Amino acid sequence: MPSPKRQLLSGNEAIALAARDAGVALGAGYPGTPSTEILERFSELGGKGQWSPNEKVALEVAIGAAFSGARALATMKHVGLNVAADPLFTVAYTGVTGGLVIISADDPGMASSQNEQDNRRYAVAAGVPMLEPSDSQEAYDFLLAAFEISERWNLPVILRVTTRVCHSYTVVQARRPNGAPKLPEFERDIRTRVMIPANARPAHKRLRQKLSEIEEWNESCSLNRIAPGDNQLGIITSGISFMHAREAAPEASVLKLGLTHPLPMKRIAAFVRSVKRCVVIEEGDPCLVEAIRAAGMNVEGKAEMYRFGELTVPRVRRILNNDTSPEPAPPPGKPPQLCDACQYRLVFETLRERDCIVAGDIGCYTLGVLKPFEAMDSVVCMGASLGVGLGMRHVLPPEQARRVVSVIGDSTFVHSGISGLVEMVYNPPAEGHVLIILDNGTTAMTGQQENPATGRKLDHEPTNKLVVEDLARLLGVKRVHVIEPRLGSNEFARILDECLASRELCVIVARRPCILIMKRLRELEQCECETKEAP
Amino acid sequence: MSDQLINVVIAGLGGQGVLKASDILADAALRTGLDVKKSEIKGMSQRGGSVTSDVRFGRMVLSPMVSPGEADYLLVLEPTQVEANKRYLKPDGVLITPDAVAIAELPNKKSLNVALLGALSVHLPLPEAEWLEALREGFPADLFAVNRQAFLTGRAGATA
Repeated sequence: MPSPKRQLLSGNEAIALAARDAGVALGAGYPGTPSTEILERFSELGGKGQWSPNEKVALEVAIGAAFSGARALATMKHVGLNVAADPLFTVAYTGVTGGLVIISADDPGMASSQNEQDNRRYAVAAGVPMLEPSDSQEAYDFLLAAFEISERWNLPVILRVTTRVCHSYTVVQARRPNGAPKLPEFERDIRTRVMIPANARPAHKRLRQKLSEIEEWNESCSLNRIAPGDNQLGIITSGISFMHAREAAPEASVLKLGLTHPLPMKRIAAFVRSVKRCVVIEEGDPCLVEAIRAAGMNVEGKAEMYRFGELTVPRVRRILNNDTSPEPAPPPGKPPQLCDACQYRLVFETLRERDCIVAGDIGCYTLGVLKPFEAMDSVVCMGASLGVGLGMRHVLPPEQARRVVSVIGDSTFVHSGISGLVEMVYNPPAEGHVLIILDNGTTAMTGQQENPATGRKLDHEPTNKLVVEDLARLLGVKRVHVIEPRLGSNEFARILDECLASRELCVIVARRPCILIMKRLRELEQCECETKEAP
Repeated sequence: MSDQLINVVIAGLGGQGVLKASDILADAALRTGLDVKKSEIKGMSQRGGSVTSDVRFGRMVLSPMVSPGEADYLLVLEPTQVEANKRYLKPDGVLITPDAVAIAELPNKKSLNVALLGALSVHLPLPEAEWLEALREGFPADLFAVNRQAFLTGRAGATA
């Protein structure tokens, strides 16, 4: 038999290919760097991939599919798992009938994120098995393995990847698909799936029993392996850190952990005993080193300075040499900025001129914080512009409160701004409030994905469209304006001044398509027109 | 080249074709049967910021990133980006900038990325046929001819 074709794939592309080969019936997610390309590629490969309004809904949709016996995938960036944490912690109790894998794409070093939280903590906190691939081949193999584990123990499994695994291209050879997709069929199982306390108490015990079985199984699991070396130096590592460690210390013995929760402590102990000096090399939080030390083993970790940012080969060398001297600062590159022709330059200039206090949000428009605008005063998480702006309006003295505005993009508004808008209507500040929705018709920052307000699905096919101004009116906002921000027009400034002076609840939808989607938009609209006109 | 590992860093600004150039290089190396890794950071770089892409190939590649001081070749598409990236070069590494090609001879200035690959190609142990196959795969049919010519122009004007 000829060996399968060697392909150079990113980690994300490898995950998508594995999802296709694993017969995943449904993939749901919300775009977020570095996870976005997984569902896009899965859809291109013929899989059913769809964007949900946010990660919580995406995981719930995937849970429903897995309750029905199918293999389901939920994809998100690390902070997305915070949004999806509520279903995560309880689906660990209910378990699943089919297979359920959650991709958590972490961003150590914050290439494009607001924090560098380490989602290995979620595996421990929720009690869910976790796999950590170190390159694209493992991303492929481990997704297949994750479904096998999920189905064997009827548990959700987290596949944790990091920016370097997601976006590095390495050689992949596809394997044989591991299991024909089962036909989904509903089987009633109330005690397992309805988490009232009487059912949840035994469910928690079942979960702990499953984890203890998986821990035992993990002791001899082939997802963990030893790269043999001499016994002077031993390294325990996982994920991309394995590659850096092997390169930094080619002579060392390395225990590479693939299934990192629950940890195979007996195997780790045997490895620690086999070497003279044992160092744990891990990116981000000291998760592994703390767990291994808590199990009574004497292993070295890294200095606190290496908790920040990505690891690299030189940084691993420094850790192994106990070098804590200051690291050379990389010379600055050119920072990103709002596109020259971006319509929202005008919005931020206008806000700046009025010295508005801007509760901002997450997307391209966050770049309004940079020079020359510097027109953003807070950015916390997706959707926070509403709540934060309202909180400021409630407590600031009136002359300051009247300058507060919340600014949010269309996709972010649908993601988690809607409940903030409900809050605005329910608890209106005395001075009113002004919400500006920057609707550029796309989820621009992550690479122009569709969302419920664009009226198109992940594959750009038309679907029902959420009209944000209609929603605002329906929720009870009286002053709703839709304007087109463009050079040479003072419409935005005029409406903004009116709204700021009104002391009422106002929503301004500043709508104009992102210049980066103009060409595609014209093609799609022409295509849709032709379809409608066809007899 | 047996165990030799070759490290290339390609740098420029968003929109210049840095990632396309590194795709072509990585594909050409893959076609010779070598192990290849390519690494880049996407995300904020989409908004016109600095972009770099690392390509490493040889018998076995571990880390996907080129460490400072270890690049054999630094290919820079935009002169302002030399300063920020020259720390990647080995002391005896080769810097290739837009000066390496006769830009006026290019059929399309947008093909500068591919022309610079041509200039790089004379240093690398990759057969011309693999480069051309990588270009054929990497571009739509109507852009292949222009890029093929850009590659050959860059290759002809360079000396190893």
